[in-house]
Amino acid sequence: MLRTLLQGLRSPVTERVPYDPDIAALAANLDRVAQRKLGRSLSIREVDAGSCNGCELEIHALNNAFYDLERFGLRFVASPRHADVLMVTGPVTRNMREALERTWRATPDPKWVVAVGDCGAGCGVFADSPACVGAVAKVVPVDLVIRGCPPTPTQLLQGLLALLSAR
Amino acid sequence: MTLVDVDYWQVAIRCLAAGEVTLLGLWGEPGRVHMAVFDHSVVVLSLDCPNGHYPSVGALHAPAIRLERAARDLFGLDPVGLPDTRPWLEHGANPTAYPFLPVEGEGLHQIPVGPVHAGIIEPGHFRFTADGETVVRLEQRLGYVHKGIDHLMHGATLDQATRLAGRVSGDSTAAYAFAFARAVEAALGVEPPPRAAWLRGVMAEMERIANHLGDFGAICNDASFSLMLAHCAMLRERVLRCAVTCFGHRLMMDRIVPGGVAVDLTEDGIAGIRSLIDEIRARFPALVDLYDKTASLQDRTVGTGILSADLARRFGAGGYVGRASGRDFDARRSIGYPPYDRLHFEVPVLTEGDVNARALIRVKEIDQSLSLIEQMLNQLPVGEVRVAVEPHGPAEGLAIAEAFRGDVLVWLRFDPAGGIDRCHLRDASWFQWPLLEAAIEGNIVADFPLCNKSFNCSYSGHDL
Repeated sequence: MLRTLLQGLRSPVTERVPYDPDIAALAANLDRVAQRKLGRSLSIREVDAGSCNGCELEIHALNNAFYDLERFGLRFVASPRHADVLMVTGPVTRNMREALERTWRATPDPKWVVAVGDCGAGCGVFADSPACVGAVAKVVPVDLVIRGCPPTPTQLLQGLLALLSAR
Repeated sequence: MTLVDVDYWQVAIRCLAAGEVTLLGLWGEPGRVHMAVFDHSVVVLSLDCPNGHYPSVGALHAPAIRLERAARDLFGLDPVGLPDTRPWLEHGANPTAYPFLPVEGEGLHQIPVGPVHAGIIEPGHFRFTADGETVVRLEQRLGYVHKGIDHLMHGATLDQATRLAGRVSGDSTAAYAFAFARAVEAALGVEPPPRAAWLRGVMAEMERIANHLGDFGAICNDASFSLMLAHCAMLRERVLRCAVTCFGHRLMMDRIVPGGVAVDLTEDGIAGIRSLIDEIRARFPALVDLYDKTASLQDRTVGTGILSADLARRFGAGGYVGRASGRDFDARRSIGYPPYDRLHFEVPVLTEGDVNARALIRVKEIDQSLSLIEQMLNQLPVGEVRVAVEPHGPAEGLAIAEAFRGDVLVWLRFDPAGGIDRCHLRDASWFQWPLLEAAIEGNIVADFPLCNKSFNCSYSGHDL
C-alpha cells in the first residue's frame, strides 16, 4: 500500500504559475481597494446557477495536482458564510435566481463575484430562453468575468490570480 | 413515429406496467404526447391530445410520473389519472412554496439540503426524513437548472441545435452530440463517412474513461479516502489533456457534428492516445488493488445503498446503476450502432446493487473502453471525416447513444424550411434519480454522499 501511496507523487506534476497578459489587464481594472482588502488568500464558494456542469468539471480540475489551487492560498469552502468570493456559473435560471440571491446575501462583506463561463458572462447558448434570467450580472453585481465554454483550468486560475495580484 | 389512438396508448401502458416492454422516454409538444418504448427495438408512439389531456402512463407505471409532470409544465398536457400532480420543472413565482410529501411518525426529523450544496456540484433539493441516523425517506426536488431546452430547440437552426445538444449535460457532451448527430442523420438519410463513425467512438470512449476515473476517485473521497481522488484526478486530467491535443477541446465539445466529426485525428494524436492508454494501464490497476485491500473503504461501500434488481428493471435504469443491479443493458450492444457493431467488448454486469458494485462496474468499463479505443485505432478507416448535411423537412429521426452514465435518447423533427421543429433529449438520469430515493432508504444520513456519488445523476441533463 505504501508503494501505491507514493507512486506518482515522486515526480511532482504541479505546474508553474500561468501568466496571460489579457488576464493581467483584467487585474489592473479591478478596484485597488478591493485588492488590498482581499489580501493574499481567498475562500471561494462555487454556485451553479444553471450550468450544464461543464464549468463545474473544470473548476473541479483546479484541485488536481497539476493546478493545485491551494498553493496560491485559494480554497473552496462549503458555505457562503465562509466565503470571500462567489464563483457563479450558468445562465441564471428562473428557478435558481432566488437561491443565488440568498447565497449572495449570506456571504459576508467585503465580497466579490466572479462570473464563470460564456453562460455566466452573457447567457451563452441559452440566451432568449424564457426559463433563464440571463447573465450573472443581471442578478448580483459581478467583479470579474472569466469567459470560455467552459474556461480551461488555466484560464480559471489566471482569473483567480488576477483577483489576488497587482496591488 | 407511429400515431396511435387512445386504445392503443392504453394497451401500451398495460404492457409497460406488466414489465413486457421498457419505457425509454415520454415527452410532449403542443397538442401531442410521445412515448418511446424498447422491446428488442425502439418504438415511438404518439398520441394527439386535441383537448390537452391523455391517459396517464404514470398512473400504472411509476417511472413515467416525473416525465409526465415535466411535460405538463412545459406544454400544458394534462395526464389524466397522474397520481402526483405537483409541478416538477416549473417552480413558479414562489419556489419555496412547494408542498413536500407529508411525514408523520414519532421521533422523525427532517433535514433539508440544497439547492446550493456544500461541494462543487449542481443544484437540487433533498428533503431527508430521518429516524435518528437512519433515513426513512428521501424526497428529491429537481428542476433548479431548468433552462428551457425543449423550447429553445423549437425554431433553432441545425447549427444552433447542435451546439445546444452538446450543452444539455456537459459531462456527457460527446455522447449527446453523438446521439443528436445520429438522430439528424436518421431523419435526413445521411450516412457519415466510416472514419467519422470510428472517431466518434474514440471520443465517446475517452469521455467515458475520464468520467469513470473521476467518479471512482470521488466515490472514495466521499468515504474520506482522498488519496484515491488525488490519483484518479491526475489520470482524468491526462485524458482531458490528450483530448485537447487530439481534438482541440478538453471535453470534446462541438467535435461530433451531424454528417461526421469536426476534426480529424492525426498520426501524432494516435500516438498520444496510445501512450495515454499505456499510462492508465500502468497506473490504474494499482489503485483498484488499493481499493480492494483497504478495509476502511470496503466497509463504507459494500452493502451500502442497495438498489434491487426488480426496481432497476422496472425503471429501465441505464448505465452502471442498472448494470450493478443485474440489468444487462448497454445501448452500444443492446441497440447497437456504428462503430460498436464492428468491435468486440463485454458489458460487465453485477448483481449486488450496492455502492461497491456501481464503483466496480466503472472499473471494469474503463478496461473495456481502453480495449475499444485500441481496436478503433488499429482498424481506423482512412478517408473523409465529414459529409455535407442539408436539412429539409418534414423529417423525423431518433437515436440512442450510450453515455458514461447510461443511454441518451434524442428525438427530433425538422420543419419544412429545414430548421428544428421539435427536439427532445432524454438523459439516463430521469430513470436513475427516483431509484436513488429507494436506494438510500434504511441507510444512515452520512452515507448519502457516497450513494449519491455512486449514482452521479445529472441535474442539468434531467432539468433540461
